[in-house]
Amino acid sequence: MKKLLKMSKTSKQNYITYAMVLVVALIAGVMDATGNMSSLMSGLLVPVCAYVILAVALNLCVGILGELSIGHAGFMCVGAFVSAFFSKLMASTIPVAWIRFTLALILGVGFSALIGFLIGLPVLRLKGDYLAIVTLAFGEIIKNVAAVLYVGRDSKGLHFSLQDTMSLGLEKDGEVIIKGAQGITGTPNDSNFVIGVILVLVTLIIVNNLVNSRDGRAIMAIRDNLIAAESVGINITKYKLIAFSISAALSGIAGVLYAHNLNTLMSTSKNFGYNMSIMILVYVVLGGIGNIRGSVFAAALLVILPELLRFLNDYRMLIYAVILIVVMLFNWAPSALAFREKVKAKWKKTPDSTKKEVA
Amino acid sequence: MELLEVKDLTIIFGGLHAVDGFHLSIKKGQLYGLIGPNGAGKTTVFNMLTGVYRPTEGKIFLDGKDITGKKTVEINQAGIARTFQNIRLFKKLSVLDNVKVGLHNQYHYSTLASILRLPSYFKVEEQMNQKALELLKVFDLDQDADTTAENLPYGKQRKLEIARALATGPKLLLLDEPAAGMNPNETLELMKTIRFVRDTFDMTILLIEHDMKLVSGICEELTVLNFGKVLAQGKTADVLNNPEVIKAYLGE
Repeated sequence: MKKLLKMSKTSKQNYITYAMVLVVALIAGVMDATGNMSSLMSGLLVPVCAYVILAVALNLCVGILGELSIGHAGFMCVGAFVSAFFSKLMASTIPVAWIRFTLALILGVGFSALIGFLIGLPVLRLKGDYLAIVTLAFGEIIKNVAAVLYVGRDSKGLHFSLQDTMSLGLEKDGEVIIKGAQGITGTPNDSNFVIGVILVLVTLIIVNNLVNSRDGRAIMAIRDNLIAAESVGINITKYKLIAFSISAALSGIAGVLYAHNLNTLMSTSKNFGYNMSIMILVYVVLGGIGNIRGSVFAAALLVILPELLRFLNDYRMLIYAVILIVVMLFNWAPSALAFREKVKAKWKKTPDSTKKEVA
Repeated sequence: MELLEVKDLTIIFGGLHAVDGFHLSIKKGQLYGLIGPNGAGKTTVFNMLTGVYRPTEGKIFLDGKDITGKKTVEINQAGIARTFQNIRLFKKLSVLDNVKVGLHNQYHYSTLASILRLPSYFKVEEQMNQKALELLKVFDLDQDADTTAENLPYGKQRKLEIARALATGPKLLLLDEPAAGMNPNETLELMKTIRFVRDTFDMTILLIEHDMKLVSGICEELTVLNFGKVLAQGKTADVLNNPEVIKAYLGE
């Protein structure tokens, strides 16, 4: 009986999260449809979904597995470029948008997962914070490679180069698909807010279901005590790799969603550099490490916040940083926690204590 | 029939012979004690038995199979489970989940089944819950199944660690100072639990302990380790009356 109650308790919490996401999405969707949203905000709807997915993916790596990664924007980059490349290549071959997008999604996610697996394979065998160093380097490498990659197509097939369009040696009727620093232009805009919300929910369901399973328990056991996990026969490397590859795959979803919302996909340090990876880490930390629901809302709020603060002009990022610090202190500082407890206790006691004073 | 047979086990750290020529044989169903002054090398022996350290020399046989130098995970699957001197629970997981991690290698369903919540997930999870609760009941922990492990009182944490080790379905259970930090009442209760575990699960138990009441109360045979070498071995009463052992413990 008791265990049934417990199972329903965790799944109840998960359903509450899904419901909250749906309600917020519905409100945003209605506001957008009825024209009560500025064009800037409405342009942010899909990116918000992408960053929410990315934050949840990173929380799986940092909060559930307990391994620090500062290259998750790199996995997003992989997903974005692979899928955008595919979609542009197949734009005329597969005219139906949803089939094309589904295939692009599978491809993008597959590649991100594969790269995550290949990186994890040597690094996750080590004990210590090596993953952070390697993912940091990986993110920068991917970003820079994507910025100098040239791919073209002509009647003979695909041509690759890391120099310039000339060295592709295309025939006259050839078409350049990835143009180095100018990226991929003219990706079909196959994603929209509805798809974004669906993908957010899919991501949440995958992560929550994984966490509450045999594999999830093994992953968290490794996080809590590696030596004990080994002593009860848990294959450390295997479960670290499973968690990290899934985390990378989910980051790929974010990339696919992101890429299909843009006319021009370029690899810059602003969208795929380590700054972005650190921002995602900030979302995860502010939302609570290991707290999936927290990541969702922290990411959504913090992506929108700079737009909301736009009226502050030059002071925008300054105020943004101050807000981050204040939220952090409010959430984690021991004295802030004590203060919150005190206020809570006072608030509850108030009726009694005032009576006593009167008496 | 010997369940555990250790021959000439030696490990050298730098120039230090931490354990030198250690030998031991434990019969199936025995409650065996490993004692010795601080720093004698008892935990080092445990760490070699469970594959944390690779012995420099010597052989370890479990049930006739050579397990020397195997990895911790392989040794656990071969049938040795252990607890730790400083408790190592999965702190943020519930008591029930701690035991379910112990059951990990006996119940299977795929990662895909868990993500898609296929019928096999519900079926196997139900079996795991039942088995885990059964085990928790033995240790009187079933009421705390939902508690986070780190919030358990100390005595219960020790018990949970034993429950988790048993969940892996071992042939041999190693307990590293199970009574450390317990008051006399808790120790008495622990002695009962250890005997109960041996009888109900038909378990063979090797334990390290400093509490002589516990050792003389439940261990059938003892090995005394001093400066990494076997000082005495045999029936509990004989060993504890051995003048050499008394000298090692109390000085001259």
